[in-house]
Amino acid sequence: MKTKILMAVMSTALLLGSGQAQKAAPATSTGVATHWKQIAIPELPPFKPKQPKRLVLSNGMIVFLTENHELPLISGSALIRGGSDSEPAEKTGLVEIYGATWRTGGTDKLSGDQLDDFLEARAAKVETSGAEANTSISFNCLKADFNDVLGILVDLLRRPAFREDKLTLEKKQMYSSISRRNDETGEIASIQTDILGYGKQSAYARIPEYATVAKVTREDLLQWHKKHVAPNNIIFGVVGDFDSKEMEAALRKYFDAWPKGEKVGESKVTIAPEKPGIYVVDKNDVNQSEVRMISLGIERRNPDYFALQVMNEIFGGGFSSRLFTNLRTKAGLAYAVGGGVGSEWDHPGLTVLDIGTKTATTADAIKALWEQVDLMKKDAPSETEMKRAKDAILNSFIFNFDTPAKVLREQETYEFYGYPKDFLERYRAGVEKVTAADVLRVANKYLHREQLKVLVVGNTSEFEKQLAALGPVTPIDITIPGPEANAKQ
Amino acid sequence: MRRLRAYLPLLMLFCALQIAFAQDLASFEKRVHIKVLPNGLTILLLNRPEAPVFSFYTMVDAGDAQDPKGKTGLAHMMEHMAFKGTNNIGTTNITAEKAALAKVETAYAAYDRENNRVNRDDKKVAELKAEWEKAREEADQYVIKNEFGEIIERNGGVGLNASTGLDSTRYYYSLPANRVELWAYLESERFLHPVMREFYKERDVVMEERRMRTDSSPTGRLIEQFLSVAYDGSPYHRPGIGYMSDLNHFSATDAANFFSTYYVPSNMVVAVVGDLDFEKTFAIVEKYFGRIPSGPKPEEYVTEQTKQSSQRTVLLHDPSQPFYIEGYLRPSYRDKDDVVYSVISSVMSEGRTSRLYRTLVRDRKIAMTAAGFSGFPGNKYSNLYAFYAVPSQGHSAAQVGNAINEAVGKLKSDGVSPDELKMVKTRAKANLIRGLANNQGLAMKLAENQLKYGDWRELFRRIDKIDAVTNDDVKRVANQIFVDSNRTIGILETNSAKGAQR
Repeated sequence: MKTKILMAVMSTALLLGSGQAQKAAPATSTGVATHWKQIAIPELPPFKPKQPKRLVLSNGMIVFLTENHELPLISGSALIRGGSDSEPAEKTGLVEIYGATWRTGGTDKLSGDQLDDFLEARAAKVETSGAEANTSISFNCLKADFNDVLGILVDLLRRPAFREDKLTLEKKQMYSSISRRNDETGEIASIQTDILGYGKQSAYARIPEYATVAKVTREDLLQWHKKHVAPNNIIFGVVGDFDSKEMEAALRKYFDAWPKGEKVGESKVTIAPEKPGIYVVDKNDVNQSEVRMISLGIERRNPDYFALQVMNEIFGGGFSSRLFTNLRTKAGLAYAVGGGVGSEWDHPGLTVLDIGTKTATTADAIKALWEQVDLMKKDAPSETEMKRAKDAILNSFIFNFDTPAKVLREQETYEFYGYPKDFLERYRAGVEKVTAADVLRVANKYLHREQLKVLVVGNTSEFEKQLAALGPVTPIDITIPGPEANAKQ
Repeated sequence: MRRLRAYLPLLMLFCALQIAFAQDLASFEKRVHIKVLPNGLTILLLNRPEAPVFSFYTMVDAGDAQDPKGKTGLAHMMEHMAFKGTNNIGTTNITAEKAALAKVETAYAAYDRENNRVNRDDKKVAELKAEWEKAREEADQYVIKNEFGEIIERNGGVGLNASTGLDSTRYYYSLPANRVELWAYLESERFLHPVMREFYKERDVVMEERRMRTDSSPTGRLIEQFLSVAYDGSPYHRPGIGYMSDLNHFSATDAANFFSTYYVPSNMVVAVVGDLDFEKTFAIVEKYFGRIPSGPKPEEYVTEQTKQSSQRTVLLHDPSQPFYIEGYLRPSYRDKDDVVYSVISSVMSEGRTSRLYRTLVRDRKIAMTAAGFSGFPGNKYSNLYAFYAVPSQGHSAAQVGNAINEAVGKLKSDGVSPDELKMVKTRAKANLIRGLANNQGLAMKLAENQLKYGDWRELFRRIDKIDAVTNDDVKRVANQIFVDSNRTIGILETNSAKGAQR
């Protein structure tokens, strides 16, 4: 949770937000190009990445296998349906606690500490975690240890113990996280972004409080496991140095006899964004304001997804985007700036524009972002911008599938969310067809200055006056509720 | 170190690891090609034909430790400038632009001189500032903004970035395999004739970076103070990002001078990993990188860290939650005991079996995380072996500090167990193997080992050295280094009273 603290100050970097053949102009006689346009770009050799082998066991468990013999390693992960978006509001944090305690709490045979000893002596890893739509268990080991590691994985899936001492430990960790969540402007802004975007009561925005964490019991963890971890709710992918037939046999031996459970249904999450306006959080120990502009984005299966990816690339993606060029390079207003219309697999993502600027230029930065939104909606992008954006997406396309593990992960994701398995191909084709008129159309459909919630986390007393000129300002109180205050909620 | 209790599966595991490891080294010997160009530039190529892509890593043997006095942050500033283009990229008219940029420098020097005078004349400062700004506008008309990055992005570049540490500066990204020649052109152009355009705007950007990383971050504030107290003499006592006043002072001319001193081929290593044909790639690389003029390896002297004789403490009262860090001076990475520190870090901090996790996090529940690590903030010169802990809710920095002390005391008196030592050695090998499946990671490791040790094979040899570490080594080094008079403590204590901090 907090381990990145030191890394952040150890080095400084040039932070950034994120194929066709080229005909060459004539080069000089020595063959050394003096201009980049003189360099011929040969066709990229055809590359068809190996697709994973898909199996459906009789109990409904879906398995993907990808052989990769480069190194003597095997790794894999199981996605299990059901995540924090369906946890009860009064126990917010349950899935995060479950995700940690599942592994640390051990199995019926071995305690979590014994698992640590066993696995770390082999430089192997088995980890569990909780997310919004799913929980997961993953492993990574040397080929020689695979059978031992698989045995542990199966025990954790079928006979986890959720020992009480590890629940206590994890709750203590959660309390500590809660106590620290107002220390850094970035973390404050992230929490408030979700709240403004999805609404305070939404499962996509709720955050664990002392009281909600306190309510979580061992019984809750056991029940969650019982309800969700059944073969017909699992997608299991394995990649590495193995023989597919042998692997299939090994997995069948362990999983074939596992009886089906109740299918996890779709979760229904309320989305009720807060009203547009300017919101401020006071943090008086900083000299830089963290500004975010927020509204609801789209779900990835929306047919406008492709046009929006091109628009995002032009607007706020990478080095030569409008936001980077105008607000950072030209105006020198920020180090970190970016943004675009967000998307998620199974619900609308958030559109977030963000910039970090010195306190004195807070209002200037807000106005500059607004101006960029207006410009994006006013005229269709130029031919040059369109070409740049589409080239960037299409020429880097290969990096979506340049390792077997990436290909496997894509297929697991499509399976999990019910997307066509050639979604990546459709994406490529979709982007190719996008026109400047499409970009203008989606900019006007999804970017609305008047619907944006403007959030500023910073030294309020020093920028109040600047902001007052922009409209009414709503202060947000981020005081952390004590265990009692929250108990009635 | 031998114990008969070791049962069969464990023994088999060990054999399997040995074999895998030997194979990797042998296969790497065949696949890594190295060449030093006539201008002194070292090039490493590794063929890894898993997919038609490649990654590279350019490493310059100079970082913010080389910042001249009064110009802290200059190496990092130069890194930002390496994205601004060249004589051929990012300009509509290089001749006119260069003339205009020269005028900017003259105007800036006049302004900066007056601005820094103790008895400065404010009216004159304002006039000179206006002239400087006018000159900048003049020069700006020739700029094609961000063309360098745009070319890379349009060609499918991913992971385009760079970083500057105290010891070195690094540049990297990945491209599809059909763009090797384009890459060689761009990366050599960048170091053949960079142009310091838009320098003062970019300085504003770097100041924002400082506000983000240091001024507005509680741990950022503590670390800056901590390092300034822990070090004296050594350039590590100054912040790599630079002091705000230096950022407001140094010029494009300073960056150009830094560039011509340190960005010489003999001071640089480039590693390329991916789907490459050796002969063709070398021919291309020689053709383009060979254009960079040679230069002498720059002066390597830096002021040495003084020997510490008493414990030092930094106590920061801050509105945020507590944090603890302590550091002990140790010799540079060239020290023969360097791997012993790695063993100590692994035993103390790696995984849930580590001592600090088990005592501070699991059993006593006084910390969220706790770890020890070497090389803070660099390792080319004498540096800190540091321990830090993030106290759990309701626990103080002093409490976690005491617990760390106990754990360090135990390490000094009892050393490490045979099981722990075995685990460290197994993990070192496995970690190496895991790192071999990634073009960008490999390029980094090859460049780093070549630059630091003069031989990329050190990446593998280090594993043999770790294998040779004994419990006596651990105890000896721990007792030598972890003593109070060699320590600096940094404490961030919560100051609940609200008020303007800075």
